[in-house]
Amino acid sequence: MQLFPCPFCGPRDETEFHYGGDAGNVRPDGADVPIDRWANYLYLRGNPKGAAREIWVHMTCGEFFVMERDTLSHKVLSSAELGGEHTI
Amino acid sequence: MTASRIAQGGTAIDRSQPIRFSFDGSTVEGFAGDTIASALLANDVAVVGRSFKYHRPRGIWGAGVEEPNALVDIGGERATPNTRATTEPAREGLEARSVNATPSALTDRNAFLDRFARFIPAAFYYKTFMWPDWHMFEPRIRAMAGLGKVDAGWTSPGTADQINHHCDVLVVGAGPAGLAAARLAAGAGLSVTLIDDQQRAGGSLGHRTGEIDGKPASVWAEETVAALAASGHLILPSTTAFGIYDHNLVGLNQRHFDGRPDTLWRVRPRRIVLATGAIERPLPFANNDLPGILSADAGLSYLRRHAVLAGRRIVVATNNDSAYEVAQAVAEAGADVTLVDIRREGTPTAPAKVRVIKGRALASASGKLRVEAVTLDDGSRFDADCVLVSGGWTPTIHLFCQAKGKLAWSEARAAFLPGDPVDGIAVAGAAAGAVSLSEVFAGCENAVAAPGQAKVAMPRSTGAEATGGISAAWPKPGSKGRIWIDYQNDVTVKDVELAARENFISVEHLKRYTTLGMATDQGKTSNLPGLALMAGITGRTVPEVGTTTYRPPFTPVPLASFAGARAGALMAPVRRLPLEGAHRESGAVFQEYGGWLRPAHYGGRDADADRAIQDEALRARQSVALFDGSTLGKIEVIGPQADAFVDFLYYNTMSTLKPGRCRYGFMLSENGVVFDDGVLVRLDEHRFVVSCSSSHVSAVHARLEEWRQDRFGRDAVYIHNATSEMATLTVSGPNARKLIETLDLRLSLDEADLPHMAVGHGSYGGDEVRIARVSFTGDRSYEISIRADRAEPLWAHLREAGKAFDAVLIGLEALMILRAEKGFIVIGKDTDGTTLPHDLGSEGPRTKRQTEYVGRRSLFTDEASRNNRLQLVGLTVPSGEAPLPTGAHGIKRGNGRLHSQGFVTSSYLSPALGRPIALGLIERGAARHGETIEIQHLGKISSATIAAPCAFDPAGDRLHA
Repeated sequence: MQLFPCPFCGPRDETEFHYGGDAGNVRPDGADVPIDRWANYLYLRGNPKGAAREIWVHMTCGEFFVMERDTLSHKVLSSAELGGEHTI
Repeated sequence: MTASRIAQGGTAIDRSQPIRFSFDGSTVEGFAGDTIASALLANDVAVVGRSFKYHRPRGIWGAGVEEPNALVDIGGERATPNTRATTEPAREGLEARSVNATPSALTDRNAFLDRFARFIPAAFYYKTFMWPDWHMFEPRIRAMAGLGKVDAGWTSPGTADQINHHCDVLVVGAGPAGLAAARLAAGAGLSVTLIDDQQRAGGSLGHRTGEIDGKPASVWAEETVAALAASGHLILPSTTAFGIYDHNLVGLNQRHFDGRPDTLWRVRPRRIVLATGAIERPLPFANNDLPGILSADAGLSYLRRHAVLAGRRIVVATNNDSAYEVAQAVAEAGADVTLVDIRREGTPTAPAKVRVIKGRALASASGKLRVEAVTLDDGSRFDADCVLVSGGWTPTIHLFCQAKGKLAWSEARAAFLPGDPVDGIAVAGAAAGAVSLSEVFAGCENAVAAPGQAKVAMPRSTGAEATGGISAAWPKPGSKGRIWIDYQNDVTVKDVELAARENFISVEHLKRYTTLGMATDQGKTSNLPGLALMAGITGRTVPEVGTTTYRPPFTPVPLASFAGARAGALMAPVRRLPLEGAHRESGAVFQEYGGWLRPAHYGGRDADADRAIQDEALRARQSVALFDGSTLGKIEVIGPQADAFVDFLYYNTMSTLKPGRCRYGFMLSENGVVFDDGVLVRLDEHRFVVSCSSSHVSAVHARLEEWRQDRFGRDAVYIHNATSEMATLTVSGPNARKLIETLDLRLSLDEADLPHMAVGHGSYGGDEVRIARVSFTGDRSYEISIRADRAEPLWAHLREAGKAFDAVLIGLEALMILRAEKGFIVIGKDTDGTTLPHDLGSEGPRTKRQTEYVGRRSLFTDEASRNNRLQLVGLTVPSGEAPLPTGAHGIKRGNGRLHSQGFVTSSYLSPALGRPIALGLIERGAARHGETIEIQHLGKISSATIAAPCAFDPAGDRLHA
């Protein structure tokens, strides 16, 4: 079981977290967004081997945050509160 | 007599406490401290089980977790199948049975199978029983092959404890390396947890000679453990580390021998020291699986710990130095000993009273039910009733490999050793390839986190030292006779050769094709010889062949340990209503709905349930119904941007809602699919309440939080899930208002003040109540929300006052009928993962809204605009027919085949209408009202007519009646 550092609560078991998607997947607004752009936002993921920036939510405190981790070694590289990734 | 108990010695046994137990129905006598295996050996029981496939007689091989042969099923209250007799303490009255043998290991009636062995090699079953169908043969084959039997009627005697534990250093293995590392870590001020799978610490020091700091090694071991325990460190005997998981979580299974279930430990140490020792390998010779052929180290262990001499005429066969001490010990105990060493030179000094033959190997063993003689590779043959074998030592690196450690091949040790270090894990002692105590201790210095901090001196070996000379003796291709590699799964040299001939030369293919190493012992004695043989056959080196993946558990762990308290009612705990007690008094029959335990109906069990439900649904339309809607979601959205927030989250524009009013709407997913529906209440300018579906509250809450934090920011809006704080009591029906009026809720019920889709505030018994005019039944309804802990008096009052109106309590099943009569949908029942809002007839926002909302772009794709989408409809059947089966398909014919054009999603008998009603999703259904289509269910075809979803009171007059 992995240990994830919630930026608000500290290290906790992975069972307390849910994956929330790739970080930096900015939502394009509007009914006229090019369909490829929208499909990219909805479905296409990088699935990187190695370092990945991801959004996670700590279910017990309810906070979403950005975590960088290595998908190969499962090492956690960093975690930080949302820095306005998708904020208007 | 061959194997026997000798008169003196035995450090593990207590001769003052004799015990008796049964094996295959016969009585076995032993002493407290015996294992089942040591007692069987002391009673000269040679055949203790039958092999998996060929039903070959098998005896005890080892003295620990590596045991491949001596598996027994334990009966009685503590029944356990496939227990290793070598690790199971013997106790008074225990009932043990051999595995895969009928009626007993000695007289197994399937023993004839071995005579056909040459016709049933590896993969025989795959190749032979293909036609007509494997499943035809499977039951018979499974009955004849296999190991222990599970007792299907067994129930756990209790709940296994599960303990989360933290420490600075976890030391796995309390042999010389583990004890030294633990002592060093403790001396550096670190908190230590020391575990060992044996009941007594010491590991090999319990039966191997040695002297540490001037004391006999076993005395040093006892003193070291006592000192650690006295300083408050945790010592766990009879505990196995079965797995290392992500971020160095270690799983331990602790055994208790008083009938309690095992305890599961989840340990998060800062550092792990693996001092797991090494396991002795067999030597390859024909019939090397005969009873009476034991690991040499096990022979020594039985002698010194249990005072059992494994034979009278003993051949010790070896390729390394470690067996010399064994030969000497069994000779001193009175056996006639011949030592056969593969090596011609570089061997240790011959022990006294031992005949040593150098430069020779065993070619075969012979005997019917146990070994009677051996033949050397020069053809010479002599009698023996026991063969003690040492083929070298395989370091126990399972946990290291589970932690993604890479191995490095050591030609000198003829073994894989731990390679590059893994973060937070050190390997020490024999597991790291150390042989002498001096080597062991030297290796421990780097094993602990802060070597510089050590305040205690390293222990020193002060006696004679073990030496590690070895000459590899791997199984060779083309050998004569049947040479066993994997005892437990019956894999021989010929099976590996067959796999190679058929090109299963990758180690993972070899494993799966032959089942090498796939038995319950996970190949602890067989993996390395097997892959070394494959290396020999294919002309590769051992590291080129490589090892298979090591996976947890190292030894079997009872499922009860993993389950812990999560069994029975705690497996998936239900959420309970604040009024459950009151409902029970009213005769409610409960069912689980979306995780909540709710009244399905009141009264009418089993066959009467349908009648009770119909009765509730009918009476609800006649006067007034009371319903507990407490599970309905109540998520508050508060803040300066609350209106912009709900606008974004909902498909429908919500910011135009006036304070004190409610509006029904959809929430979509970003792919446009309807995610939830429900009523949004606007309490005031900056405060909304999201009433989402009961079973969907946490998912909706999570979604609101996600958008709040990811798009709107912390200052814009605040979200609070108040679902379980309030109970919601629903009063519905033509007489609902009259009933409410009798309560005096301190608010005006006039249409002008509290019209349909409005919310008002009153009080009851001093507590604030919120009353919403929303309806899921189509009748005038009032949803009264009150503090959950104060709901009971209000509910009692409603029931009492309701008597004058012939009020009826309705459960969820009747409510489902009432809402279906009105064509009101349930998300996930009347919709699926492709349903878009306009499929449900809600076209307005899609065509008119100019502002952004979740899922908007997805409503304008080619897929969303397809003209043959499934749309919500009502379905009626000819009068007198039964309700349509839910899930039945609407069909159309074309090209001589049937094609689905949608399906039935909800179907009930409507008591108010006196006929069946149904909802469905049908292709282009909204434009086809009045059309009759064919319906197919399980091959039967009937017909139904498409209609509007609402079948009852389409004008909606009853909302205001």
